[in-house]
Amino acid sequence: MIIKGKVWKYGDNVNTDVIYPGKYTYIRCSPEEMAGHALEVIDPDFSGSVAEGDVIAAGKNFGCGSSREQAAQCLKYAGISAVIGKSFARIFFRNAINNGLLVIESEEASENLSTGDEISIDTEEGTIKSGKMVFNFAPLPDFFSEIIECGGIIPYTRKRLKVNGI
Amino acid sequence: MTFAEKILSVKSGVDRVQAGEIVEVEPDFIMSHDNTASIIKTFEEIGVKEVFNRDRVTVFLDHCVPAANEEHAKNHDDIRKFVREQKIENFFDISYGVCHQVFCEMGFAKPGELILGADSHTTTYGAFGCFSAGIGRSELAVILASGKMWLKVPSSVKIIVEGSFQKGVSAKDLILRIIGDIGSDGALYKSVEIHGDGLQNISMESRMVLTNMSAEAGAKNAYIPPDKTAVDWLVTKGVKDFNPIYPDDDAEYEKVLKYNLNKLVPLVACPDSVDNVKEVSEVEGTKIDQIVIGTCTNGRLEDLETAADILKDKKTAKDVRLLIFPASKEVYLESLKKGIIEILAEAGGIIMNPGCGPCLGAHQGILADGEVCLSTSNRNFKGRMGGSKSKIFLSSPAIAAASALTGKINYFL
Repeated sequence: MIIKGKVWKYGDNVNTDVIYPGKYTYIRCSPEEMAGHALEVIDPDFSGSVAEGDVIAAGKNFGCGSSREQAAQCLKYAGISAVIGKSFARIFFRNAINNGLLVIESEEASENLSTGDEISIDTEEGTIKSGKMVFNFAPLPDFFSEIIECGGIIPYTRKRLKVNGI
Repeated sequence: MTFAEKILSVKSGVDRVQAGEIVEVEPDFIMSHDNTASIIKTFEEIGVKEVFNRDRVTVFLDHCVPAANEEHAKNHDDIRKFVREQKIENFFDISYGVCHQVFCEMGFAKPGELILGADSHTTTYGAFGCFSAGIGRSELAVILASGKMWLKVPSSVKIIVEGSFQKGVSAKDLILRIIGDIGSDGALYKSVEIHGDGLQNISMESRMVLTNMSAEAGAKNAYIPPDKTAVDWLVTKGVKDFNPIYPDDDAEYEKVLKYNLNKLVPLVACPDSVDNVKEVSEVEGTKIDQIVIGTCTNGRLEDLETAADILKDKKTAKDVRLLIFPASKEVYLESLKKGIIEILAEAGGIIMNPGCGPCLGAHQGILADGEVCLSTSNRNFKGRMGGSKSKIFLSSPAIAAASALTGKINYFL
């Protein structure tokens, strides 16, 4: 898979309350509405300007806090194709994989990328390229890639339950 | 093997698993709350008609109870219909209280059990020697349909506690000290094991504070080896049959930290991050508009008792609002019988119904921009309790109660 887009840069410990505020978590929102709330607490311009395919480059512990799955979903619905970070909070990491949102751990890329940089990511090669910069990352384990390729854990489970004859 | 390695090898049926491996497990219990409404939709999308095992499913209404508006009312209504249709008996409607507290009171948190919950503070049950971890909503739906889920075996951190708390210092100060020291990602993906002689001086209620807030250091789960204190507590809840799992003596830990309880002082987590921990003396005098005593972290009997001891025969400052949320109906009733509720109300506290209250910013005490709240809850992220320009400090019930008397952050005594 090749991903192309521009970078949105954020810092360390971007938590789920600023990605998708608690006041919306128990309200049914359409994907468009969810996309509209993405990151509104720390970056009110994000949802209006983000384009399909764009990538977030964050610091450490991205997605810490609540288990709310909308934090991963709203970014996906906003058009974000991948999140690059030094590290990810574990439930966010699970939610991202389970919703087919690519998460890449790369300390180097996270440090060197800036907002507005044009980048391309090759998931098979395990490379992130931007101008003259090239960063390598370890590809996801097969098990995770399988879930992402199915489009998330729900289609993956449907496929699997049928296979098992349940 | 560590506790995590040992229990995940037992539950996955693999002889010996190691940190980093991915295993598939069948949880003993699953837990969800108001978010069950959205989980149901995903469950239906999967296309399985019946839940995998209705006796292993627990559902609680607590995050926005009673319903604050039509939207929440619709969610609750959908959930009630679902549990009726699926014949789920372990359903706790709005009168019971906060899921994590009620889950333990009902005796579901048994030593040696594996519990997955669609809530980040599912780590709480580790106080009883469970492996309990938070997962996402879709994952909960997948378990409802299949009974199975994947888990990565975490590496482990060992925390050894010695001594006993000084007067005015509590488990909240210990966990804030730990999070302040290791940072909000200090235990990321890890299993946190708490050991040591100091545990014999820490009540079950206080242990639940430690395991609850381990999530704020990024922990996957937290574990306290079940001892006599735990067994005695379980017996009072009618829980008898359980098989505790203990780590091996030669288990390998990524790091080992030691804390002497005698040396701890009262602490606060300052806005907007739980690891922004300072001594009370450093922020003494900070003006507070609202105080919240309650939540899954500090809304238990001993917490309300501590607050009542400080507020007895005194009045809260005129310009501060003190909101009290007993963590459960059981806590509420016990507090009533002991006269605690009367003391708190006399002092000027507003006694709210058991539930999550304003902790996640849904209702019952939302902050306006510019307002400052001192809360005994577990998160102080920007805008969590309301306006994005409001601020949250976190502290123990003792500091919260003492601060209610002056409307400013201060020590008691």
